[in-house]
Amino acid sequence: MNNKSIAAPDKIDITKDSDFEVRVLNTVCVNESRQQHPWWHNLKYLVAGMLFGIVLVKSEMISWYRMQEMFRLQRFHMYGIMGTAVLTGIVSVWLIKRFNIKTIYGEKIEFHPRKFNKGQLYGGLLFGLGWGMTGACPGPIFAQIGTGAVAAIVILASAVAGTWVYGLVRDRLPH
Amino acid sequence: MSAFIHGPWPWYVAGPLVGLMVPLLLLLGNKHFGISANMRHLCAACFPANIRFFQYNWKKEAWNLFFAAGILLGAFVAAYLIANPAPVEVHEKLAAEVATYGITDKNLLPKEIFSLESLLTPRGLIMLTAGGFLVGFGSRYAGGCTSGHAIMGLSTLQWPSLVATIMFMAGGFLMANLVLPFILQLS
Repeated sequence: MNNKSIAAPDKIDITKDSDFEVRVLNTVCVNESRQQHPWWHNLKYLVAGMLFGIVLVKSEMISWYRMQEMFRLQRFHMYGIMGTAVLTGIVSVWLIKRFNIKTIYGEKIEFHPRKFNKGQLYGGLLFGLGWGMTGACPGPIFAQIGTGAVAAIVILASAVAGTWVYGLVRDRLPH
Repeated sequence: MSAFIHGPWPWYVAGPLVGLMVPLLLLLGNKHFGISANMRHLCAACFPANIRFFQYNWKKEAWNLFFAAGILLGAFVAAYLIANPAPVEVHEKLAAEVATYGITDKNLLPKEIFSLESLLTPRGLIMLTAGGFLVGFGSRYAGGCTSGHAIMGLSTLQWPSLVATIMFMAGGFLMANLVLPFILQLS
């Protein structure tokens, strides 16, 4: 990749994936595949995202009202979704491990244990405060924009700004 | 069938479909379900500004941006091709409470908050920008959001993700019940 024009302050070779250990701590969505494919192979993730986007809207998970009802214990809907989603995920992961199911490219599916750090406490609380206010977590923000809610672009821009400021002050925060 | 497609999908249909995103992404290419990292990729791609946290090969994570773009497209399909014509059902207590703050629109996102006009009011400005900022800052600080921690993390039985999920919920309860009423009464 042609990223050499960006000067890394402490001479990390960013052309290699040496950042992996750092990333495991900081970002949940880890790209485990070592396969190299042309860009259009990513279109299958576009289709997967579309399925997720349709579910987010049709189940009204993008609604500010549904989130407020969840935090006020007025409706079971969101708890039902989270509960059955996690249950489905647990069973799926168990099946993948139990039967050593491979990816469609024949790669072994890998899991990495997540390490605890204080960010999960402080960051989690800050995230929750924002979630309770806007009723939007990152997935639904993209879905809200898709439904034509122009104001959600402001939420996305603010969330990107928040991410950027975190990157800026990261070394000074307790982890 | 048509009524089912157009009407709001119940939790026992939506929940398993959300959960199936976990094996789908794993099988498609060893990808771990999570969305908030996209905001980091956007920073790395557009404004890396010599910040170490944004010095990595974001192009390798391009799949995640495709996934986010898909969410946007799927939402468009759901909202325009298989839209639910009925107003959103809102719990009577919540409807009565927010009506006292002048919020009566029964769209998924009430226009009294989620509109560009609302941005010109202190209430709308705080909710959209401060709320978004906290979501972005907090999810990266926590190392993930509701998809990455609450769904992917719990599906792989990671206890740090359980800690994060409990804190997400704690923050949401605090905000919605104790802080938000003060913000909503601004106009």
